[in-house]
Amino acid sequence: MSQHYPVLLVTVPLLSALLISIVGWLNKRFCFPIAVAALSVAAYSSVGLLFRVLDEKVILYHLGGWAPPWGIAYSVDHLSALVLVVVSVVALLNLIATQKSIEQEFSEKIGAFYTLYVLLVTGLLGIVVTGDVFNLYVLLEITALTSYGLIAMGEDRAPLASLNYVYMGTIGACLYLLGIGYLYISTGSLNMANISSILPGLYDSKVVLAAFIICMVGVCLKMAFFPLHAWLPNAYTYAPSAVSSLVAPLMTKVMIYVMIRLMLTVFTPEFIFSKLALSNTVVWLAVIAIFMGAVLALGARDMKKMLCYVIIAEVGYMVGGAWLGNRAGMTGAILHIANDALMTLCVFLAVGNIVYKVRGYAFEDLKGMFRKMPYTMTGLVAGALSMIGVPPTCGFFSKWYLISGGIQAGQYGFVAALVFSSLINAVLFFRIIEIGYYEPFRADHGHESSPVRMAEAPLTMVVPLLIVAGGLVVMGVYTGDIVTHIIEPIIPPAMGN
Amino acid sequence: MPDLISSIVDYYNYLIYITLMMIGLYAMIAKKNLVKKIVGMNIFQTAIILFYVSIGAKKGATIPIIQHGHGEGADEITSSVIKAAEYINPLPHVLMLTAIVVAVATLGVALALAIKVYNRYETLEEDEILAQIREK
Repeated sequence: MSQHYPVLLVTVPLLSALLISIVGWLNKRFCFPIAVAALSVAAYSSVGLLFRVLDEKVILYHLGGWAPPWGIAYSVDHLSALVLVVVSVVALLNLIATQKSIEQEFSEKIGAFYTLYVLLVTGLLGIVVTGDVFNLYVLLEITALTSYGLIAMGEDRAPLASLNYVYMGTIGACLYLLGIGYLYISTGSLNMANISSILPGLYDSKVVLAAFIICMVGVCLKMAFFPLHAWLPNAYTYAPSAVSSLVAPLMTKVMIYVMIRLMLTVFTPEFIFSKLALSNTVVWLAVIAIFMGAVLALGARDMKKMLCYVIIAEVGYMVGGAWLGNRAGMTGAILHIANDALMTLCVFLAVGNIVYKVRGYAFEDLKGMFRKMPYTMTGLVAGALSMIGVPPTCGFFSKWYLISGGIQAGQYGFVAALVFSSLINAVLFFRIIEIGYYEPFRADHGHESSPVRMAEAPLTMVVPLLIVAGGLVVMGVYTGDIVTHIIEPIIPPAMGN
Repeated sequence: MPDLISSIVDYYNYLIYITLMMIGLYAMIAKKNLVKKIVGMNIFQTAIILFYVSIGAKKGATIPIIQHGHGEGADEITSSVIKAAEYINPLPHVLMLTAIVVAVATLGVALALAIKVYNRYETLEEDEILAQIREK
């Protein structure tokens, strides 16, 4: 059984999505349990894979028994196992946490919603597990198409925001496809391991250079790396809260995984940092991304949009860290994938709870929130502290690695940007805390405020939020173990100390 | 000059795919109508399909099926020398079957979204929609 984990991860959710869409016609009540079961299997398999990877280093799975480079291979190493666990656990927790808000927001379309939800997770898991560049493109499109649909289920302006996302997302995926076409011309292979064994002889080829740059631009479009971020804020703001808290933690992070996978496995660090003189430029772009994300977040008028701009700044962290070209930077970037997914989930779940209760996410809706929803606000504060980077939450440790990587590489602009963005995050989140704590909640507009009664979101929404909030601290405390056992083995020795 | 002409003749498939791609990109950037943008997006995808199909093509080669390569007497034929140069590479074409499916699905989703946008704003012109959003 355990040797089939890599394929079960993808096929179980895929077939369940089909089942959910059929069952949805008959009885809507069964959709949710099937989705939970499917994602539980995925989460179980990915945790199992993580433990196997710790012993065996790399697990290869040949689909249909065809050996690569002819067949499609799934390959799981430490990096993919870590991201798999993050994706499946985040998706499962979010599924449980948002059940009530889905019933509230669109009780009519539950079947369609869960079908798309599970398909989206299938795509994300597939992207992480696959060892074939074209297979990755197909799964990328599965993810993208389902997220277009999910985002368009939102309020009012959602279809327009989703349509803009379609344009940008399609260009991104097409550029990636074009890039792997160039790679295929020069190497004649689509298998990642095989390509990277052929490439060293071709490092001076202009075609390989073009392939690398086109792929990277495509991936950067998909991950909303400034200045290619224009689609993200509207799409994630107007999406239903259950969808925001799924796509915001996972989509950009999985795309950063793809970038790191391309950098480490397909085009080796040797090519990227020695042959190309790009790393300086990309780090400076990341600096601009972090600054712009922070400044735009300050100007946002509601909580969700503010968080979207924070995500854009976080993308800058990870891209910059990965391109610093040293071990500490790469460690910080990989660690931040996991940490950022968790803390983004934490704050978006808290926002989802608030939306569930007060039907709004503007700053005014937060008045008196600490009295009204104390547990939700506790979760929000935990997420906020992690985003600012206060120890012992995990956000501190990944930022620490990123900053020390920046100092080692002599990129003081990047260090300054990280510190600046942390300060801005402090301003942003303390503004929220201030409104929630000190400004009284007025039930009847204009009248004298009556004492606020506690009206917390249902238990199924609060408990997952608090689990995630606790997880932030646990991740922070065990950072050392995660880095030595999971992240250290991934980074090739060529990247120095 | 002869160099230029011969390079155009040699690489005309790449030139056509880049031209098509730029037409698609232009439509997506410059056109105000949402459906025209969607058509531009589709042209962009088709350009890449053309690129892939053209790299699999080969002059004077045939489809990659070995005649009488199965059943009785198959061993004789398959054990004799098979020249790869005589056959075209099927892989890019197979990949494009998938990409075509993806393109069709994307087109469908995009058009469905355009219908939702039209129902909401009663127009498909982007500037009119933005004006409506700004009025509120």
